[in-house]
Amino acid sequence: MKNNNEAKGENWTTVLEAQRTWFDLNLLELWRYRDLIFLFVRRDLVAIYKQTILGPLWYLLQPLFATVVFTVIFGEIARIPTDGLPPALFYMTGIVVWNYFSGCVTSTSDTFVTNAAIFGKVYFPRLVVPLSTVISNMLTFFVQLVLLLGFSGYFYFKGAPIQPTMWLLLMPALIIHMAALGLGTGIFISSLTTKYRDLTFAIGFCVQLWMYATPVVYPISQVPEKWQWLISLNPMTAIVESFRYALLGKGTLDFGLIGMSITITLIILAIGVTLFGRIEKTFMDTV
Amino acid sequence: MSDLVIRVEKLTKEYRLGVINHGTLHQDLQSWWAKMRGKEDPNSLISQGQHSNSLIDNAHLLALDDISFDVKEGEILGLIGPNGAGKSTLLKILSRVTAPSSGKVKIRGRIASLLEVGTGFHPELTGRENIFLNGAILGMTKGEIKKKFDEIVAFAETEKFIDTPVKRYSSGMYVRLAFAVAAHLEPEILIIDEVLAVGDAAFQKRCLGKMGDISKGGRTVLFVSHNMTAIQKLCARTILLDKGRLIIDDSSDKVLNSYLYDEEKPGELLSRKDYIDSLAPGDEYVKLRSVRLLSADNQCKSSFRMDEHFRIEITFEVLIPITNFHLYIRVFTGEGILAFCSADWDGGDMNNKHRMMGRYTSLIDIPPYLLNSGSYMLSVEGIIPSVRFVFRESSVLMWQVEASGGVGGIESVKRQGVFRPKLNWCLSE
Repeated sequence: MKNNNEAKGENWTTVLEAQRTWFDLNLLELWRYRDLIFLFVRRDLVAIYKQTILGPLWYLLQPLFATVVFTVIFGEIARIPTDGLPPALFYMTGIVVWNYFSGCVTSTSDTFVTNAAIFGKVYFPRLVVPLSTVISNMLTFFVQLVLLLGFSGYFYFKGAPIQPTMWLLLMPALIIHMAALGLGTGIFISSLTTKYRDLTFAIGFCVQLWMYATPVVYPISQVPEKWQWLISLNPMTAIVESFRYALLGKGTLDFGLIGMSITITLIILAIGVTLFGRIEKTFMDTV
Repeated sequence: MSDLVIRVEKLTKEYRLGVINHGTLHQDLQSWWAKMRGKEDPNSLISQGQHSNSLIDNAHLLALDDISFDVKEGEILGLIGPNGAGKSTLLKILSRVTAPSSGKVKIRGRIASLLEVGTGFHPELTGRENIFLNGAILGMTKGEIKKKFDEIVAFAETEKFIDTPVKRYSSGMYVRLAFAVAAHLEPEILIIDEVLAVGDAAFQKRCLGKMGDISKGGRTVLFVSHNMTAIQKLCARTILLDKGRLIIDDSSDKVLNSYLYDEEKPGELLSRKDYIDSLAPGDEYVKLRSVRLLSADNQCKSSFRMDEHFRIEITFEVLIPITNFHLYIRVFTGEGILAFCSADWDGGDMNNKHRMMGRYTSLIDIPPYLLNSGSYMLSVEGIIPSVRFVFRESSVLMWQVEASGGVGGIESVKRQGVFRPKLNWCLSE
């Protein structure tokens, strides 16, 4: 599905043929469909509001409950140190950041399967769907972020040892980084689930496990020296730690770690987009 | 050359049948390993040059087999063929839902498809929101939809309900709205598949009119339908597909005639159908066993003369005793027009009849001079009146009625109409 290149002389606008190239990402086409991305985001939000009683309140309740549970279990019972931060704030930061990532991964990972009906009838760049999912999840994330900022403000004025840094200004970059990682992982998995449906079952608990491999309930400073290299391979480690450092002033801001994370993210994203591009053309035959 | 909008070249599409998930990881690795060594993929059969039969083996199917044709700008092209001919596959490739296995399609302009109406409609959203969403899915920008919005709403006749969620719409309104969006899309090429099966007669008429307008505006329409009347009315040119191959590409009249009446293809006609056990229609009480066409001398035939007397024989088996089970038949012309229906209680004294286990045979007499010359299809239904359907089989048999009398005889001239009764004429002065 290349535009123009092969159509010299005969001015064909589209040539459809069996796939040859590996990497075939048409950003121009995606841009033409930008309205659709936002209409999908709108649809997702409206559909969620209309089917619930509490509506957007759920967005706030979920991280609140998780914070309470984590504070009791990991803070009170297991007594895992939190770099000297108030445990509730420490956990909530991790939870809010992690929620966005895991939300992106799980909800984009079934892109093909849940949209089979619509994909089976109409063509539009398939990447529109996971992109819109990542954006609508971002709106949820912003709601939770406001809650987190409110809590931080409360603790700050109560005199807790937290010190927001200038790095907060780089937060948008961090969010985009996280979105890219979530998107890449999600579409990689969604491409595989079209053929190997078992992955749908695995994805839930794999994301759960992944959380425990990320410094959400513990700070990276508590990880034994010999395991540091392993946890730094996890691209989410740098994101969670940097986020915490930017907002609360404690934790680890390690540029080596961030560079590593960005590299891994780009690799995952490239693999995801490549695979997705291949699968999107023929998945209707297998789904 | 310059006015071509679609060129299809040697288009082939292969499907793998059966349980797709089973063993595919293994096969994928095998294919990949073969590819790495530069050998032929052991799991693809296209490369083996076995084009003799579209069903290559039990596991692979050529849904499209080496199809080539061109479409000119402004043409309304009809696409017909029996079920499984590859029409939908062709449309899916043209509308970019799936990619071809080999061959090329070249397109000039934007394609929009109406493979099934209401694509992407979300039940919770209002009519207005759905127009925007559906329009965007079909490839319009927000600005384009805004410009067309009033026209769309007026065409769909849903002004009053435009801010109601579409889940509260009647199915007719839903379809009207969906068609309206697609019809106002203004793509250079519009693909339509069987949408006209829905909506009331007036709306269908308007759709046909709209399609005519679309093509007058220089746009091209690809129209797939089993409604031969609509095809004949709308399309100047028609393509007949069968088992993945392009059979004829000619003017609609010629193609329709050969599709419906070609005597050289007795394969289209079917004088008997026997159902083997596991596939027999029916339920645990009754199963349909066979349907046959019998001539006066009990020969199984699919071609009868107009002055000939013949019978339809339906055999069914009662597995558990059942009360009030009845057979109902419908006879359609080759164009899909319902000629007549008949039910077994026409024989009288059939009410609340209790049937014991066993095999039963119903014979229906078709008198001479009932049906006009042409081809006919039979559908058979087993029903318990006002309770349920036991089975419903459409297009079970297909036969042909030929004009009687010698060549040049007065009866060999084809008259119009479904029936060709020999009526008594009384002339008095």
